[in-house]
Amino acid sequence: MAESIKQQLVISGLGGQGVLFVTRLLAEAAIEKQLPVFTSETHGMAQRGGVVLSHLKVGDFTSPLIRPFQADGLLVLKLENMARHGFFLKPDGWAAVNANADQQSKIGAPVDADRLAQKISNPKAVNLIVLGWALKTAERASSGNRLFCSYEDIKSVLKNRFGSQKKMLRASLKALEAGYNAKEK
Amino acid sequence: MTERRLLLGNEAIARGLVENGCAMATSYPGTPASEILAAVAFFQKQNRISMHTQWAVNEKIAFEIAYAGCQTGLRTAVSMKQVGLNVASDPLMSAAYMGVNGGFVVISADDPGPHSSQTEQDSRMMAMMAKIPVLDPDSPEQAREMIGLAYEISEKYKTPVMLRPTTRVCHSRQDIDLRAIPENNREVNFEKNPARWAATPKFRLQLHKELEGKLAAIARYRASAPVRLNPGAKGKKVILSSGVAAAHTREIMKALKLWSKIPLYQIRQPFPLHREFVTRLLKNYDDILVIEETTGVIEMQLADRYHVKGKLSQTVSRVGELSPEKVEEIICGFAGLEFRQFEPPAVPGRRPTLCAGCPHRASFFAIKKAAPRGIYTSDIGCYTLGLNLGAVDTVLCMGAAISQASGFYHAYKNEKKRPDVVATIGDSTFFHAGVPALIDAVVQKNKFVLVILDNRTTAMTGSQPTPASGIGAGGEPLNAVDIESLVKGCGVKFCKLGNPYKVKEFTALVKEAVAYSRKHGPAVVISRYPCVIDMLRKGETGQYIPVEVADTCDGCGYCIQHFECPALIYHDDEDRKYVTIDPLLCIGCGVCLEVCPKGSFVIKKN
Ligand code: SF4
Ligand code: SF4
Repeated sequence: MAESIKQQLVISGLGGQGVLFVTRLLAEAAIEKQLPVFTSETHGMAQRGGVVLSHLKVGDFTSPLIRPFQADGLLVLKLENMARHGFFLKPDGWAAVNANADQQSKIGAPVDADRLAQKISNPKAVNLIVLGWALKTAERASSGNRLFCSYEDIKSVLKNRFGSQKKMLRASLKALEAGYNAKEK
Repeated sequence: MTERRLLLGNEAIARGLVENGCAMATSYPGTPASEILAAVAFFQKQNRISMHTQWAVNEKIAFEIAYAGCQTGLRTAVSMKQVGLNVASDPLMSAAYMGVNGGFVVISADDPGPHSSQTEQDSRMMAMMAKIPVLDPDSPEQAREMIGLAYEISEKYKTPVMLRPTTRVCHSRQDIDLRAIPENNREVNFEKNPARWAATPKFRLQLHKELEGKLAAIARYRASAPVRLNPGAKGKKVILSSGVAAAHTREIMKALKLWSKIPLYQIRQPFPLHREFVTRLLKNYDDILVIEETTGVIEMQLADRYHVKGKLSQTVSRVGELSPEKVEEIICGFAGLEFRQFEPPAVPGRRPTLCAGCPHRASFFAIKKAAPRGIYTSDIGCYTLGLNLGAVDTVLCMGAAISQASGFYHAYKNEKKRPDVVATIGDSTFFHAGVPALIDAVVQKNKFVLVILDNRTTAMTGSQPTPASGIGAGGEPLNAVDIESLVKGCGVKFCKLGNPYKVKEFTALVKEAVAYSRKHGPAVVISRYPCVIDMLRKGETGQYIPVEVADTCDGCGYCIQHFECPALIYHDDEDRKYVTIDPLLCIGCGVCLEVCPKGSFVIKKN
């Protein structure tokens, strides 16, 4: 087992945006790396267009939830959730935030995932674009906050998942790449 | 050959069931328990296990079927959410007296918060009332383990055993090593014993005595006894914790560097609490803190008002979920450490809303047109969200839409002005608890309209089949029960079918029903159109009408207020107010064409 990796990530968005899917991919990446993993998800009523929040903890944890100011990283699929869930982030954590050119997000690294999704004509892929962007953002973070997995790791998870569904796989990889290579504005 | 797999808590519970030879699993869907049965059916298919899995019409029926299974010597299980256990409480209380033959596990998932429920009730209290043992897992992994323990206790002491996971266990995912699934070669053998299985009140007293004996023995059973998690710690203060609160407590005590200072016990079986442990505890410690969800079940059994702190002493909040930050605050207070209070920002919430294109929205719009000043009783399901549209006035519990409509009718029937009453209920909920209420309304000639929102699935909990679907938990073909015939069979004379997407016709139909009900008694309209999410899941497509908003839109906001399709975006610009349609969300149901009073929604040219 890799030496004492301990990482806590918060993924936040709205119902229907695919928050759970992103959480799932990251958790599977942890498993592929033989790391213990814990996630906590929103189900039921809130999934109908409400606020969806998931917690992901990689390493030696017993509780599935993250306390305020403890998250190493934040993935925000909808800008308005920054105000809601920004408090989870620790002072030197990183945040990958979906925001367009007009919206200024004070903390974190913005990426216009909505526009990129239109550009690659895959409007539902905002989640993967933000994930791609988060992988890039975390690469640049201070060494203590680097993500437990890399761009390549997530690509391999996607390949395992969509092995036989070639079209889905291509579209997903494309979205992930669009986020990973998005220029920071 | 262990394989590590990421499992949802509910899948881990299902895995525990099949790994322990469960031969019959039944359920009625309800968040946070819904995925348990689906996962059992999945493992069954994947491993070709010979067993019975099914969605039952309601929790009571699910319970009784699985209970009969254990009477024949098989290991069986029933799963439901906590309010479902209310529905199944009748057989639960009685089954506790009669006991079991094969192992029987009752899984009742609680929802502190509540995140997706009407109440925060504690199923462990139901276990106490029924006098059966209850296990309280802290994680998916432990939930899986505890299924084995539950069967062991159940068969050793011949009693049903409850497993009480909470939302944070059900809906966490954890990496878990899969174990082998044993060959199921138990003999099915119902041994007749009417003195027990059909006991009359006289024998029930005897059974009750036996039950007390069982409980006393279970309170001495080693395998489920409290576990000391940090044997090194010494002191006169001690913390007891159970369920997911114990998982938070462990992590927080380490973070606060209290791990070697305050002894911590995890209670795995909150009821009956081990007697010897209680005696030792009260003797050895001056200060005892109990952290548990949601009621003070462990605390109550400590029966000491001076040294025990918890829910009863109001040290631990009696309502709401025990989030890790709350647990931290409680432990800091107990250990005399400083705690930095933190209030998360109050950002105006996004209220949940029906999906874009949801047929319920169209039904509600029509109902409000047809009975504008009516009383609208409703029920449990996605359509509860009709309250955003002002088309839902009451939500009590499963099936109550119909009985409450009856109650409102009786309350008003001698008044000069009688409001129209329109009840809405989903197809699955109608089967669950609506049918007896409808029969009652027919007998009493109650004057109201019932709209059955028939979207052909149990949508809210993730699209489980209904009795009208004709398919089983594993997708196998079954018989389908036709709602229309059922309604007519209940004695309803006015029962008509409509498509809510055809707003005008459908509104006229509801009006007709209202007029009929005023004179004659209950009238039923079946509003039939499939759930759009379910269609999406199955790869089906409904009608697609490309809609856009014409320049005539003056931003009056009528559609936003009365229709609230999430695909409609309101623009409040300086020079102009108007509405547009979000192409990402719009599914082209075309219903909004009928909604705007000015006719500003139009079909896109070409
Ligand atoms: S899931 Fe189906 S029934 Fe529920 S709100 Fe969405 S469309 Fe309506
Ligand atoms: S057609 Fe109108 S009502 Fe239907 S989903 Fe699109 S915007 Fe909503």
